[in-house]
Amino acid sequence: MSSTPRSAPEALGTLAELGAALEARRISSRELVEAALARAAALEPSLHAFVGLRAERARAEGAESDTRRARHETRGPLDGIPIALKDNLVQMGEPTSCASRILEGFVSPYDASVTRRLRAAGAVVIGRTNLDEFAMGSSTENSAQGPSRNPWDPTRTPGGSSGGSAAVVAAGVVPLALGSDTGGSIRQPAACCGVVGLKPTYGRVSRYGLVAFASSLDQIGPFTRTAADCAVALEAIAGHDPHDSTSLPEPVPRYSEALTGDVSGLRLGLPREYFVAEGVEPGVLARVREAAAELERAGAKLVEVSLPHTKYAIATYYLIATAEASSNLARYDGVRYGRRAAHPKDLHDLYHRTRSEGFGAEVKRRILLGTYVLSAGYYDAYYRKAQQVRTLLRQDFERAFEGCDALLTPTAPETAFRLGEKAADPLRMYLSDVYTVSTNLAGIPGLSLPCGLAEGLPVGLQLLGRPLDEATLLRIAEAYQRRTDHHLRRPPEER
Amino acid sequence: MPRITREEVERIAALARLSLAPDEAERMTSQLGALLDYVALLGELDTRKIEPTSHPVPIATPLREDRAGTPLAPELALANAPESEGSAFAVPRIIEGGE
Repeated sequence: MSSTPRSAPEALGTLAELGAALEARRISSRELVEAALARAAALEPSLHAFVGLRAERARAEGAESDTRRARHETRGPLDGIPIALKDNLVQMGEPTSCASRILEGFVSPYDASVTRRLRAAGAVVIGRTNLDEFAMGSSTENSAQGPSRNPWDPTRTPGGSSGGSAAVVAAGVVPLALGSDTGGSIRQPAACCGVVGLKPTYGRVSRYGLVAFASSLDQIGPFTRTAADCAVALEAIAGHDPHDSTSLPEPVPRYSEALTGDVSGLRLGLPREYFVAEGVEPGVLARVREAAAELERAGAKLVEVSLPHTKYAIATYYLIATAEASSNLARYDGVRYGRRAAHPKDLHDLYHRTRSEGFGAEVKRRILLGTYVLSAGYYDAYYRKAQQVRTLLRQDFERAFEGCDALLTPTAPETAFRLGEKAADPLRMYLSDVYTVSTNLAGIPGLSLPCGLAEGLPVGLQLLGRPLDEATLLRIAEAYQRRTDHHLRRPPEER
Repeated sequence: MPRITREEVERIAALARLSLAPDEAERMTSQLGALLDYVALLGELDTRKIEPTSHPVPIATPLREDRAGTPLAPELALANAPESEGSAFAVPRIIEGGE
């Protein structure tokens, strides 16, 4: 195992700190970009968090930001800040791999809407981060590029599927990275790596240019070290987009203004079923209960609530997600982009060999399950049934929110697990999403933030809110971070 | 429901345009069997009167003005094609004979 070299350049600060340094001319964007690239390169042998860096373009964009600043034309809090994007978010003129062999050679002819918005805000993308192939997994081990590793312990996974983005924020390579969350793929790696991760309400952020996995569940969101930074990032990427007809027309609030530090009178619901789930580690429960107690001391009111259909969530999720995936991934046919099998005999052979060679085992497994549950004779028993249970899960949340303003739960039942530990057992891997999948099925927002360590590894606290009520989640998270220092704990530099 | 058979897995694979090696088909049959056993849990619930949810937020079909936009230029759309001819994606011949 390679350890962090002593020569690794210093970790970068938070978005707020870097913004202040740029504002005070203590550092230039060009220097920040250089520092981020140097740290990325130094840590890459131990973390393998990046699929690719865009060093030259990032340097040029950093210099452009400095020029804007010199002319007093700065575009706001993200101008000149180095960031990273999960490699399922397209950037014009850059490859997008989704960590799959089937997209070999693909260079995007357009920008995702989030890419465009962040560029317009002056942010500088330094690279594309690793993921489970097509965002299917909870460990980043399903990447055709090989697994990423957790900065807290490189023998462990950073979680997934947005493991690379979580790892680079935790390691202080960049203060902001974007991921995507279909069943927990932002929140679970955020928990495993000890950073803040937000899955916004379905439709809050445009999915245009996010490579589709399960279209009724997918949502893009930020990784940051603080809740205050998360508010700034969400404000930059949220809002209606004519290119995504499922993006919501509601105006985007000034999230930063919601950070009052005051949680007095807020009712926080603790779902009974989430605290008795099978396989949840005692250390995780202890940290989450301490966090609840801290918020109670801050004036919040704790109430017990029930989400009675929780035990059906994972089954429902895997039926719906795989059905949608089998349809979405039909587009990879070797005809229009990406890989094509060599010397096909005929079109049929071209499809079969391209797809069989191009997809990894987990993606094939999900395509097969999804095709099966949508096929004649099984549709009602599996797919329609799952959609009905989805209604019950949504109603569970609606009832719970009648008696509270947000829910407080663990993000994942355990801390970061070891590489290889669950790779052979798909069902066991799926069960690590027990606290996160219902959120996507119901479309509500969820935020994970660090709430301490258990046996030296970060534990994630999850806050769930009413549709479009990201502001309350950010307000609670920021109030918690004012009163505690868990978000300031850094992974050990020397191993 | 009876457990999924290897023949069924191969039939589904053909529908999804996937070819499975013999050991792969064996492994997928047992893994899909285990997953389907697990999801059978939903059978406990009486959902006869429950409307299905296909989308998390109710959205009416959005309309926009009927105004021409700028689509992706043909050369950009073709730039990623493994093979192209003129302004088209090229694939192996699918109709026999003739020129």
